[in-house]
Amino acid sequence: MSLMKIFDTAGSGMAAQSLRLNTVASNLANADSVSNSPDSAYRAKELLFAPTQGAQEGSMTQDADDGTNGVRMLGVTESQLPVETHYEPGNPMADANGTVYGSNVNPIDELVNMISASRSYQNNVEVMNSAKQLALKTIQLGS
Amino acid sequence: MTNTIDSVFGLNVPALALWQRRSEVIASNLANADTPGYQARDVDFRSALQQASGQSDQLELSTPSAGQMGAAGSDADQLKYRVPMQPSMDGNTVDTQVEQAAFAANTVHYQASLSFINGSIQTLRLAITGGAS
Repeated sequence: MSLMKIFDTAGSGMAAQSLRLNTVASNLANADSVSNSPDSAYRAKELLFAPTQGAQEGSMTQDADDGTNGVRMLGVTESQLPVETHYEPGNPMADANGTVYGSNVNPIDELVNMISASRSYQNNVEVMNSAKQLALKTIQLGS
Repeated sequence: MTNTIDSVFGLNVPALALWQRRSEVIASNLANADTPGYQARDVDFRSALQQASGQSDQLELSTPSAGQMGAAGSDADQLKYRVPMQPSMDGNTVDTQVEQAAFAANTVHYQASLSFINGSIQTLRLAITGGAS
């Protein structure tokens, strides 16, 4: 029954959005991390999504492009914004010049991302719920 | 006998399959609401149902010899791309609220087709049992 494909599709969407929420959590948690060099400073992580084509990973559908695509993650990229520098000679992480390097996490971006991810997740849950109700009603057909 | 059953349910059976297919496509659109470059698609319900019921006014290409390719493709050919109301910078053409509305309407239509079929079954059952429960 092809209503079941909706579970794969919405499920992949939910997995992708929860991964995005996870990334936001990690970025926000590390917003105040400091380091002693710009290279080792924490950089905000961003996810790259792409539609799945044809066979979905971990699903039972094997068709070619039939218009139904789940979401998959292509990879994690790091924000290329410059990291924050502070002059804090008393900080144990400070380098020879007394500079510490913070993260380049922008909390506003992260919060916006969080809201967007949480709404998208809810959307997918709704879709899955509707599909479940339709499937249950179809099973009871004729009774 | 299968013919009789088919004629009892009429167009509701292909319609049900189409609503189901459409809900899949809209579910994909909603799942990819944040995917850069994803283009929202939808089923052209009118032409798909016309083709399913054999009432299409477009004549199909005849393919008399083996190995000839037909013009009528699979049902993926009835998918059209949605015209975005508010295109986004990353090339994504999914309008979440439009898709949500379409999905909700589609769910209701599916249930309507389902209850039409259910009604036909009840009628058949009534005819068989003569009203004795």
